[in-house]
Amino acid sequence: MTPSQRLDATFVALADPTRRAILARLATGEASVMELAEPFAISQPAVSKHLKMLERAGLISRGRDAQRRPCKIEGEAFAEASDWLERFRDIWEANFDRLDSLLAELQAKPRTMKPAKPKSAKSTGPKSRKRKE
Amino acid sequence: MTMMKAKAPVEVTTPSDREVVVVRKFNAPKALVFDAFVKPELIKRWLLGPDGWSLPVCTIDLRVGGKFRYVWREDATGTEMGLSGEYRAIEPPDRIVHTETFDDYSPEGEAVITTLFREKDGKTVVEMSMLFPSKTARDGGIANGMTDGMAISYDRLDEVLLAI
Repeated sequence: MTPSQRLDATFVALADPTRRAILARLATGEASVMELAEPFAISQPAVSKHLKMLERAGLISRGRDAQRRPCKIEGEAFAEASDWLERFRDIWEANFDRLDSLLAELQAKPRTMKPAKPKSAKSTGPKSRKRKE
Repeated sequence: MTMMKAKAPVEVTTPSDREVVVVRKFNAPKALVFDAFVKPELIKRWLLGPDGWSLPVCTIDLRVGGKFRYVWREDATGTEMGLSGEYRAIEPPDRIVHTETFDDYSPEGEAVITTLFREKDGKTVVEMSMLFPSKTARDGGIANGMTDGMAISYDRLDEVLLAI
């Protein structure tokens, strides 16, 4: 794999929330596939698939112990890629969260495209707002 | 009272050496989301970057060939970061293509950003494809351009580029 392919693999690996959660868990110490599968509502084969992608990206390594093959985070590769990716993602996450609020506000108070119905006295319960438990 | 809402995840991928693609779903029809991407009074409400930054300058000449300019400011330090560009295509409410260059960081020319708005069941998926002139420009763009620009030193960037 060329360095640039490696980096692409890293970005792909980091794009998935489950894989980021696995990395967060491994940041606290080594773990086996079974231990990693526990907190997630997914099967061991599914976790294994995620681990393969993380390993391919050089973000983790697997131990030699055939039984357990503990997974370990590879700090260096992680630091290189996560620096950029996380900074970039953080900015856009913050931007888009603000946009969510703005869009909710705009839908709650439709601008003067059509006259508001007289009965909407207060804008506390816009119909576009879904009530979800 | 706040709404019960699970934040939609931001998906960031790098389909090629020169690209970054950002995808995010919004709970609003695409005409409204499109507006939020092209109207200065709306853009100023959300496209602010990291905490502590604002967007005091946002001027837009919304037509093909029209220019736009954004200037962000870190309010605590007065640090400013400017971005200029030109619209290549405007197809409300589906698609925008524009170019952009940062004042202080545009190593090899402009990036071309294609923004697509796709609506399904009243929700809109926005996909921003950013095409940079080179891989170095992309990586620099990610590290510097859309973040707090000034904070990361070029030495650190060189280290990163050497290491990969």
